[in-house]
Amino acid sequence: MTFALKTTNLSKTYGNQIEALKGVDLNVEEGDFFALLGPNGAGKSTVIGILTSLVLKTAGEVEIFGVSIDHNFKKAKSFIGVVPQEFNFNIFETPLQIICNQAGYYGIDRRTALQRSEKYLQLLGLWDKRNDIAGHLSGGMKRRLMIARALIHEPRLLILDEPTAGVDIEIRRSMWEFLKNINSAGTTIILTTHYLEEAEHLCRNIGIINNGALVENTSMRALLRQLNLETFVLDLETGLDELPAALHSIARLVDRSTLEVDIKRGETLNEVYDALSAASIHVTSMRNKSNRLEQLFVDLTRNPREASP
Amino acid sequence: MNPIAMLIAFMTIVIKEITRFTRIWQQTLVPPAISTLLYFVIFGNLIGPRIGQMDGFDYMDFLVPGLILMSVITASYQNVVSSFFGAKWGKSIEEILVSPTPNLIILLAYICGGVARGVLVGLIVTSVSLLFTDLSIFNGWVLASVVVLTAILFSLGGFINAVFAKTFDDVSIVPTFVLLPLTYLGGVFYSITLLGDFWQQVSKANPILYMINAFRYGFLGITDVSVFFSYGMILVFIMVFFAISLYLLSHSKGLRA
Repeated sequence: MTFALKTTNLSKTYGNQIEALKGVDLNVEEGDFFALLGPNGAGKSTVIGILTSLVLKTAGEVEIFGVSIDHNFKKAKSFIGVVPQEFNFNIFETPLQIICNQAGYYGIDRRTALQRSEKYLQLLGLWDKRNDIAGHLSGGMKRRLMIARALIHEPRLLILDEPTAGVDIEIRRSMWEFLKNINSAGTTIILTTHYLEEAEHLCRNIGIINNGALVENTSMRALLRQLNLETFVLDLETGLDELPAALHSIARLVDRSTLEVDIKRGETLNEVYDALSAASIHVTSMRNKSNRLEQLFVDLTRNPREASP
Repeated sequence: MNPIAMLIAFMTIVIKEITRFTRIWQQTLVPPAISTLLYFVIFGNLIGPRIGQMDGFDYMDFLVPGLILMSVITASYQNVVSSFFGAKWGKSIEEILVSPTPNLIILLAYICGGVARGVLVGLIVTSVSLLFTDLSIFNGWVLASVVVLTAILFSLGGFINAVFAKTFDDVSIVPTFVLLPLTYLGGVFYSITLLGDFWQQVSKANPILYMINAFRYGFLGITDVSVFFSYGMILVFIMVFFAISLYLLSHSKGLRA
């Protein structure tokens, strides 16, 4: 199997002796939509920095589509497009200049650069802003500009470091659709995000880094199966003054029109609904109390050993 | 990256650099024209006739080569230090660093940007000087080569300064406390033969003295030092600065953590 990214014993100790990565072994399959999660300071950005040459590794090996960064980093870098966490373009240039210049750094001729610029700026809804000063764009537009810039050389691996931070929900969802389409077209995507709903919605596989060590590297489905308990919130059609005694063992009354139920692994919601129907309680809507991945993430990053299966 | 791709990357950075300094021409091209105009008026026109001749030439004619080269030095240095540090500070340098563009191409392109501004400013100052004196050229090849080599050297100097600089203050320290004194004491305004033996020897430790004298030789055919030695010195400095710059691009903590 070809891995888009394969790291072996990847380590980084900064000059101040902070050990940011402690022998990370990470595999990302070609075509994957991979979530790289971890709390602030866990080492996610250090991994991305090493892949893009902005951080020099202390030890270990990195291969990008089978090309070792120690043997041919230039070729390996040509496979990667990166959207960093912070805005890192010249705010005095226009989106068109920024993107065409980026194409130039990858050796793409001007005519092709202009054609692709139009394609990606159109796709990301920035074509009308192509000649505006980049510093004057809104936060969401700047994020999308960085995505267009990262795609201009049509990379096989797109790395997004918190691409939707500070973006409103409408733009975030349109970016999700865009990224899903890019991934469907064959681009491998590695995403770091603090919006765990985003990772759950988009990604098939997941790696969780905590304190510089990889504490989980599995499929999203397998990870979510680790959940022992899920809490659902039920909105009721008619308010209740108190919960019928028969329901005390399966539900809690939060307020007059809201119930909470805990479902253990292996249990179904049917018996809850049966009991509610028998008590003539009608449910109008239901939702998870917290994001499922969020609960696992908190467990894994708090005490990885205990939380592992 | 194949050679054509490298050429495209090189030209992209060069054009970006030239676009940058021409876009802000009020800050980059006009000030040297005004300051040298004032030098010519005050030192050349007003004070010059009282000074008389310097090394057998009118003071104005003696002054022109030094002022042109001083502008070239300042412009090439300033171009690279401000552009590269600005890109580093605003993080847009990452656009280039994450790309497969080789470090050698990055460095050469920034040098070209610095040389382009240095030569353009040199031409502007030369044009201003024509308002005050008729320039004669003793050896055009020496003039052209010294200008280009000096601009390369100080572009490299600006590059090294930019890599080490952490704040905008760091960018102005070297021009103010190193470059300016060395330039003023490098024989722009006087021949070192006016100095006593001791101060002549001290002056010969100043590398800028050699560049200015070689350049003046190109205009007037006179020099206080050996022109060949000047070339050798400039080339050695270029090689050393070039090697340092390339190393910094790969290993500097200021660029790659």
